[in-house]
Amino acid sequence: MAGNSTYTPTNPVEKWLDDRLPLVRFSKEHLMDFPTPKNLNYWWTFGAILAMMLVVQIVTGIILAMHYTPNVDLAFNSVEHIRRDVNYGRIIQGSHAVGASMFFFAVYVHIFRGLYFGSYKAPREILWILGCLIFLLMMATAFMGYVLPWGQMSFWGATVITNIFSAIPLVGDSLMEFLRGGFAVDNATLNRFFSLHYLLPFVIAAVVALHIWALHVPGNNNPTGVEVSSSRDTLSFHPYYTMKDLFAIVVFFIPFAWFVFFAPDILGHPDNYIMANSQVTPTHIVPEWYLLPFYAMLRAIDFNVLFIDSKLGGVIVMFGSILILFVLPWLDTSKVRSGNFRPLFRPFYWIFVLNFLALLYLGAQPAEGIYTILAKLCTAYYFVYFIVILPVLARIETPRPLPKSISESVLGTAH
Amino acid sequence: MFKIKTIFAAVALASSLAFSSAAPAAEGGGMEAELQNWSFSGLFGTYDTHQLQRGFQVFQEVCSGCHSADLLAFRNLSEEGGLGYTEGQVKALAAEYSIMDPSTDSGERPAVSADRWPSPFETEQDARDSNNGAYPPDFSVLAKARGITQKFPYWAFNYFTAYQEGGPDFIYNVLTNYAEPPHGVEVGDGQYYNAYLGHGISMPPPLADGLITYEDESLPQTTEQYAHDVSAFMMWMADPHLVSRKEMGFRVLLFLVLFAGMMYLVKRKVWANVEH
Amino acid sequence: MATQAKTTATRRDFLYVATGAVGVVGVAGVVWPLIDQMNPDASVLALSSIEFDVSSIEVGQSVTIKWRGLPVFVRHRTEAEIEEAKAVPLSELKDPATDAERTKEGHEEWLIMIANCTHLGCIPVGESGEYDGWFCPCHGSVYDTAGRIRKGPAPKNLVLPPYEFVSDTLVQIG
Repeated sequence: MAGNSTYTPTNPVEKWLDDRLPLVRFSKEHLMDFPTPKNLNYWWTFGAILAMMLVVQIVTGIILAMHYTPNVDLAFNSVEHIRRDVNYGRIIQGSHAVGASMFFFAVYVHIFRGLYFGSYKAPREILWILGCLIFLLMMATAFMGYVLPWGQMSFWGATVITNIFSAIPLVGDSLMEFLRGGFAVDNATLNRFFSLHYLLPFVIAAVVALHIWALHVPGNNNPTGVEVSSSRDTLSFHPYYTMKDLFAIVVFFIPFAWFVFFAPDILGHPDNYIMANSQVTPTHIVPEWYLLPFYAMLRAIDFNVLFIDSKLGGVIVMFGSILILFVLPWLDTSKVRSGNFRPLFRPFYWIFVLNFLALLYLGAQPAEGIYTILAKLCTAYYFVYFIVILPVLARIETPRPLPKSISESVLGTAH
Repeated sequence: MFKIKTIFAAVALASSLAFSSAAPAAEGGGMEAELQNWSFSGLFGTYDTHQLQRGFQVFQEVCSGCHSADLLAFRNLSEEGGLGYTEGQVKALAAEYSIMDPSTDSGERPAVSADRWPSPFETEQDARDSNNGAYPPDFSVLAKARGITQKFPYWAFNYFTAYQEGGPDFIYNVLTNYAEPPHGVEVGDGQYYNAYLGHGISMPPPLADGLITYEDESLPQTTEQYAHDVSAFMMWMADPHLVSRKEMGFRVLLFLVLFAGMMYLVKRKVWANVEH
Repeated sequence: MATQAKTTATRRDFLYVATGAVGVVGVAGVVWPLIDQMNPDASVLALSSIEFDVSSIEVGQSVTIKWRGLPVFVRHRTEAEIEEAKAVPLSELKDPATDAERTKEGHEEWLIMIANCTHLGCIPVGESGEYDGWFCPCHGSVYDTAGRIRKGPAPKNLVLPPYEFVSDTLVQIG
């Protein structure tokens, strides 16, 4: 809860600062004394992991920008120059590339945690919406970042994705040329993507600040979904959760380091080591793995519906799949938050998880044969889950009895 | 109940990472790749400098006539993590090559260690004209620009074995599988059938038994040996810092595991008096 | 009781201190590469030393080459220029240096200097000025046949880069 401050300045310098800009007071209130539910499990550490990953990406990114050249003739070689000649360049570049994947892995865990435990429900709707906004910004940032090395996948990924804007009626073509700065993806596109790729992470940081502020108004959700009722339910953030989060971050760094040092290219695509060539299309154009589920949904719509052609239909479905997350708090009206107490909800949730993984897999397969029908089925379930299943469940489900309080659920008896 | 769900979730999320992106660049359409043993694979992989030197010899004598290596600098051969040549040897080697340099009177000068490998052709069109319209790809990162496809679950295992040798495996398989086209399969003019790829390519078989004389006469002077060595050399060209990267990685992982252990004890100690 | 509490406190503290120390080592290990990457990279360092063949420079001729991004004068001095340089008494010099100190033994005819005026960095013009050496048009500094400052605002002689003659005709600079 805000306004919990028990801080008193301990010396005249601190008092002088506190009277003018209460930095120390603010840190204590929000980073140390903040009352946090005592029953948070490790799924809750991913918020801190994400904050750490944002710092990692910004730091490594700023350093890469010291050595990278955003020009179509020089970009590819400048990245190789970083890997070969710049001191520790191979590690810094590898960390940035792998870091993007780790960042998305963590964000998916974080989102699916929210979906399971009902963290998006009142009074945390704004928190959830800000999170969706961060997710959208992350995807834009990652997409533009992937274009910068100017490999075949960079170029053709940019071509395909900027192409989808032409699907918009009336303004589509002009919009596409506006985004590209030309008729095709070329130097103008690369330069502006570099500028925006540098800018957006700081926009993300600002939205993250709002996200944490919006969290600190109602306070954290917890695995029971039962709100904090007294100080017996909470612990101060420091040292309990600072140390737990730090531990989780170190553990998270282990697979991160594994990839960076032993398999830096395994999450990428060999075609991106071929310099971009506008006259040669790769056999399979695929985005990075973290964009595959949405790519699958985009491609699933290969049929026209009334006046909406398949290209526009795909765009609507793809953007719709992200936008629908924004309104989730109003779709799932169940008063019970946590999936732990919703026995009917649980199987549908886990099917949703598997369905999302299936979409991820399908996004990487060629758009032919059985894959097309599967992609349509999985896309359908994705939307049916939000538009039909969750609202219906809210009406018909009989939840399990909730514990009276967090401390009761932790201690097992009425305390 | 919670435990099962956690395990299930963990597996689901782990496998989400295992479902990587699509098929690698150029796959063998004709047959399965024969995976090779590479000295540089795995956690403790290192380059065999003698092999790299042999591979460099193959590159110099055979490949560099058509293929450029724009990002290879002569000095890389003598730097740490290089081929083990001395600076003097590299300086002498570089001097045998000419670099186009507009600041000189003649427009050309002998190369120095700091220069990059000169291209065999002045322009891309020259390269195409000499090769039936096909452009011999630059070698600098070619070993990372190729890969092989593997069926599930092998590609999933790769995340744990840190398999990154798809490029050299691909190159080796291409180089050693030139063959007569099978009955009924036609190959275009100026194309050569490759059984691994399952179709013809513009590059004629570049290697043959006895083509190159290695100093080390104990080694078989066969196509397979040459292919193995040049593939290893190409991997080095694409990833010259592989060895120091893996060595650093081992130390970093060890540190992280140790530090994670200590952080876990700290966490437990901090939480010791709290019921949770 | 008091001792027991103290021992427990020290044992607990040891874990925190040890973990903190390990953490600091980890942070240092991460921070160093992030700083070191700004140091000159391998491709720049490769050009930190160059070899130059002086055989094509006639007597009385000067050539300007590039080393580490800086212009460098390589002058093949005439006997007259060498005599003139040697005859100057040290007391007349703002930045005293003998001609021998400005050249290499056995190669006194070669004058190799960084071509930036030591005042504010302009490139002086050769074979001009009243001391038969260089004249800097920016603010009027005058250098003699050994590149020493004789007149004008420049405080020091033209700077000598580190160099060695690896053979009679090949000089390694840097």
